[in-house]
Amino acid sequence: MAVAHPLDGYLRTDRIPTMWCPGCGLGIVLGTLLRAVDRRIREGSLRRENVGFAGGIGCTARMTLYPLFDSAHVIHGRAIPFALAVKVVKPEMKMIVVGGDGDIAAIGGNHILHTIRRNADLMVVMVNNMIYGMTGGQQAPTTPKGLYTTTTPYGNPERAINMVKLAEALGANYVARGSVTHPQLLEQFFYRALGKRGLAFVEVISTCPELFGRHIGFRSPTDLYMEIRKRVIVKAKPSVEESDYSWEKGFVIGEFLERDEPGFVDIIYEYLNKIQRGGSR
Amino acid sequence: MRVEYITGNTAIAEASIVAGLKFYAGYPITPSSDIFEYLARELPKHGGHVIQFEDEIASINAVIGASWACAKAMTATSGPGFSLMLEALSLAVMTETPLVIAYVMRTGPSTGVPTRAGQFDILQATYGFHGGLTIPVLAASTPQEAYDLTVKAFNISEMLRTPVVLLSDATVAHTYGKVVMRERGELEIVERVKPSVPPERYRPYEPVKGHVPAMACFGDGYNVLVESLTHDERGYYAPRTDVQRKLMWRLHRKIADSAPELFDYSATGLDGCEYAFISYGSTALSAQVAAKMLRERGHRVGLLKLKTLYPIYEEGIRKLVSSARKIFVIENNVGLYYRELRGVLRDKEVVSVPIIDIDLPQPQEILEVVKQWL
Repeated sequence: MAVAHPLDGYLRTDRIPTMWCPGCGLGIVLGTLLRAVDRRIREGSLRRENVGFAGGIGCTARMTLYPLFDSAHVIHGRAIPFALAVKVVKPEMKMIVVGGDGDIAAIGGNHILHTIRRNADLMVVMVNNMIYGMTGGQQAPTTPKGLYTTTTPYGNPERAINMVKLAEALGANYVARGSVTHPQLLEQFFYRALGKRGLAFVEVISTCPELFGRHIGFRSPTDLYMEIRKRVIVKAKPSVEESDYSWEKGFVIGEFLERDEPGFVDIIYEYLNKIQRGGSR
Repeated sequence: MRVEYITGNTAIAEASIVAGLKFYAGYPITPSSDIFEYLARELPKHGGHVIQFEDEIASINAVIGASWACAKAMTATSGPGFSLMLEALSLAVMTETPLVIAYVMRTGPSTGVPTRAGQFDILQATYGFHGGLTIPVLAASTPQEAYDLTVKAFNISEMLRTPVVLLSDATVAHTYGKVVMRERGELEIVERVKPSVPPERYRPYEPVKGHVPAMACFGDGYNVLVESLTHDERGYYAPRTDVQRKLMWRLHRKIADSAPELFDYSATGLDGCEYAFISYGSTALSAQVAAKMLRERGHRVGLLKLKTLYPIYEEGIRKLVSSARKIFVIENNVGLYYRELRGVLRDKEVVSVPIIDIDLPQPQEILEVVKQWL
């Protein structure tokens, strides 16, 4: 009989253990996320039945399999339009999109772009392990330049995408980058993101010991974890200009910006109400 | 009830509102865009949302999301857009999501002739997505049929928890016709089956009515699972042959066994006919004229206009054309539905009459082909 975990009430415990490899950062992400949700529920600023998860394809998207909430595990890259539609139809929902860097920044790139532009009322958690884990360690748009992947065996010739800058440029209400090496901070970012209207984007630097770490010479999960921890730079109020990363330069984490512009849902309901009141152009 | 003189596209938009549409997501594409534009103007007055997404992929995935939030949801598109939607259509089949796609066909592969009609996409409409299952496909030949079949498409989607494709084409889309439009109380409107058990006993993929499971929505407190992976009744991923077999057979039979119930057609002069024309969509209008011309010349020719293309109700079709000695399948492509029907009518002589025309095939042209077989 397993020892009860404080978060068991939020989990489909019959599906535990998770499918993630030992040493994977995703357990930390799920744990911190659920603790943040729990804080919101306990303080009364979020109702449990109004929390929903959506993910596409990849190890991160599989996070949708475990929480005991409404949850959608859809197709690669398309969790955002699914979640946005749920939010439009049921604006009382708090939709949390969880996806890897491939799911959100590569195949789902067009959707994240326009969803930020809309300042859509979604919390988007992009877990950045710098690699395609589930499919075997191929290059991701987030892979730092020069690193080995199974599809760039001579070192990645491309530069990595910086989603923090994208989110800032297109007008998100909240942009933060956390790391699984700093779980308390990460939980705080999730907690803050859950309280925002409009688009809240949280990038999470994470570890893939099996298909990233091992391939670049880190033989154990703790070696990779400690290496990333060494390369993470915590800043209280970093500027967006500091968000570009490379393996050599390291990864600045922190809250990059906060705004309080009206979200997409407020705007379209206002639009709908105006039409129903008989307003014209 | 009211009668108006409208196009096929307007008929689809009007019918979707009366069927209870609450969420439309779309991306502009000829010749379907005026469905989108009409709904953008009218649907908000009925409390529904119309949102233009960044592409067809986002549109169909949003439609799936809206349906899981319990809104009747739809998109409209044409061939290239439908191709982009196929992966998500497979998701909708796997997750048994009710939705309607109005598929206004244009001609040709690739960009083809965007503004003109063809019937080259009928196979893509039902077989296009990966996974080897089928979905119901209806085909309209007039604005009135476009109206009636749109209501029917929503009803089927709700009844069977399945995506449904309503086929039209550029000719039907922009042809004006008299349409009898009914009010909500004058029509049969089907709503999906909701769970009758408490959340802890609810299983989102356990059939409760025939092969169809009850559907709870996001926000209802049921902890629903929308699962793209092969899943058991709970929605849990289960990579096992027994689970895959059970799920695939249920999803297959859910549609196939409904064939008699979904079968819709109109028949002219089939009783005791010697020759039967089978056609669908706008081409059926030309086939109708051609059949009449032959009857006037003393031939016993009947017409079976199919409004349900899939699932194919084989017995129903066989019975309707039982007296015919020869059957002509008339369509505006390279003979695609003929390939389906020659199996259904294997003990008859079935002749393919494929006439490619970017407008309506001329009845005279149909006669030229048919004449040599009489």
